[in-house]
Amino acid sequence: MYWEAEKECINREALKQLQLERLQSTVLRVYMNVPFYRKKFDELRIDPDAFRSLGDLRKLPFTSKDDLRVSYPYGMFAVPLREVVRVQASSGTTGMPTAVGYTRNDIKNWSNLAARILVAGGVTQNDIVQIAFDYGLFTGALGLHYGAERVGASVIPISGVNTRRQVKIMQDFKTTALMCTPSYALSIADTIMEMGINVNSLSLKYGLFGAEPWSESMRHELQEKLKIVATDNYGLSEVMSPGVAGECSERNGLHINEDHFLVEVVDPETLEPLPEGKTGELVITTLTKEAFPVIRFRTRDLTSLITEPCSCGRTFVRMNKVMGRTDDMIKIRGITVFPSQIESVLFEIEGTEPHYQIILERKAAVDELTVLVEVSESIFFDQVRKQKDFIERIKARLASEIGISVEVKPVEKQTLERSGGKAKRVIDKRAL
Amino acid sequence: MLILKNVDIFYGKIHAIKRVSLHVNKGEIVTLIGSNGAGKTTLLRTISGLIRSTNGSLVFDNLDISKQSPDTIVKKGISHVPEGRLVFKPLNVEDNLLLGSFNWYSFKNRSEIKNDVEMIYSIFPILKKRKKQLAGTLSGGEQQMLAIGRALMARPKLLLLDEPSMGLAPIVIKEIFKYIVELRNTFGLTVLLIEQNARSALRIAHTGYVLETGRIILQGPAEDLLLNKDVQRAYLGRDVDYEI
Repeated sequence: MYWEAEKECINREALKQLQLERLQSTVLRVYMNVPFYRKKFDELRIDPDAFRSLGDLRKLPFTSKDDLRVSYPYGMFAVPLREVVRVQASSGTTGMPTAVGYTRNDIKNWSNLAARILVAGGVTQNDIVQIAFDYGLFTGALGLHYGAERVGASVIPISGVNTRRQVKIMQDFKTTALMCTPSYALSIADTIMEMGINVNSLSLKYGLFGAEPWSESMRHELQEKLKIVATDNYGLSEVMSPGVAGECSERNGLHINEDHFLVEVVDPETLEPLPEGKTGELVITTLTKEAFPVIRFRTRDLTSLITEPCSCGRTFVRMNKVMGRTDDMIKIRGITVFPSQIESVLFEIEGTEPHYQIILERKAAVDELTVLVEVSESIFFDQVRKQKDFIERIKARLASEIGISVEVKPVEKQTLERSGGKAKRVIDKRAL
Repeated sequence: MLILKNVDIFYGKIHAIKRVSLHVNKGEIVTLIGSNGAGKTTLLRTISGLIRSTNGSLVFDNLDISKQSPDTIVKKGISHVPEGRLVFKPLNVEDNLLLGSFNWYSFKNRSEIKNDVEMIYSIFPILKKRKKQLAGTLSGGEQQMLAIGRALMARPKLLLLDEPSMGLAPIVIKEIFKYIVELRNTFGLTVLLIEQNARSALRIAHTGYVLETGRIILQGPAEDLLLNKDVQRAYLGRDVDYEI
């Protein structure tokens, strides 16, 4: 099922031409309308007219989150405010917020791209869609909301309310598609069980999860517990969230809406473009945005691209599930560790709950990594000896997965902070 | 069907068209809008081979046409309806039409050509009425129909239209645009339309390009361009500040 077949299945040659045309006019427009880019281009002696191929993108400067912060709130807008019909702010996962704006056309395109993602994830006009993201300045909920309405589904804009109420509404309204963060979906699954509700009595069919990295094991768990097809989607408020990419029913990578976004994967340290298939930082250039275009925006998200054609028929390249953020990338004793690696180990071990937190500390000039993990009651209250064995087992698995020894501390269920929004996975106390 | 990539055109030292890339898909109406002197006509004349580009590629149906002669380009399937119609005023309507078939005109094709003329008459009944009248005596709207009819006689796949609304009364403009849509819908003709009358053009087009001092500063679905405030301000003659 496609939302816009002629675009989602466009032949690659035609796509390249379209991208070139859009990139050329985007570069001209940001040069004319955004002082930040004009200054940067002039400094680097970049002639916006001399831009002849998609490869020339490499000559352009990057835009970082800090650049956006410096021009907070309106400095990066490419149109006067009277043309902006909505202003939103980033979710602030890391540090200060940034503001973004949308023109009427931007909202239209956004709804359309969200609709593509919803349809790829299985949603049709017959679905009842429960949006459990927080509405407000955070873009995720409204993006999906407009997309779902565009598809013609029935939208329940429940937003972030307490989890029992989510389940009650899900039951009463016969929700067929759930949209939230994967960690929150897991809380919902737990609550369903606590409330003694048989999952099969619910009408759930699809889960479209995003806004934070999640592993394949977590997908497996969610699909099992909620009896759904769980797909991942990707976006970021500075670019479009959601709307950049989404999985199809193959669930093997997220199709990037390449007619609206040009993507690159670069080495986060050297900023050099990486060869195809290598994991690095995703960099996005918008091709159609009017109010808030960005050139080579560093997303801080780590992923790799899949260029082989997908059996679903879409011709857009896919990105692998985001492994983590460059900020979450833990550098410890010279080794790079991603929370997602720890997550998948925890999923494998029976008795652990997929709620965990990573604490980094410096003890006597040595960095130590401690994983706090929730365990089910039976194990926690069992004999000391047995518990020790269990912890040793996790430690051994983690050590072999990431290559350094780590501490593991079991904590009781429900003691780690849960949030309707994004889970805070890493606490780095070394800098303090 | 038609793909332009990084086309540069110079008039002497003047860089009239700067690195223009655009494409026209089969069966679509694509419009290029822009103010006077933006380079619209120059670009169209380059596609027909009347002006040579300095750089870049022009590909029509997988064939590089950047170095082809204008008559070869007509034979490949591109017909040009020039700005100001340029009908042959001292000739009658029917002769004007027959001249349009120059690229395949021969004695053995005479009955087919006759059929085509009849077909043109069925599209534009007014031309049939005036078939023996000198083209110079026709009204502006009729001359425009004749110019389009003459271009169609070459049996094009792609029709290039340069300012068909120029100098016509609003009601006549409406009629001409209706014909353009009909040609596309009924005959599957692909159209590249250049217009100063941006609103009418965007209303019938699928895709639009905005040309400003030789550069394309915007491209996208025509309906999006109609909503774009820059386009509205510059080309649709609306002051958005005072709009309700």
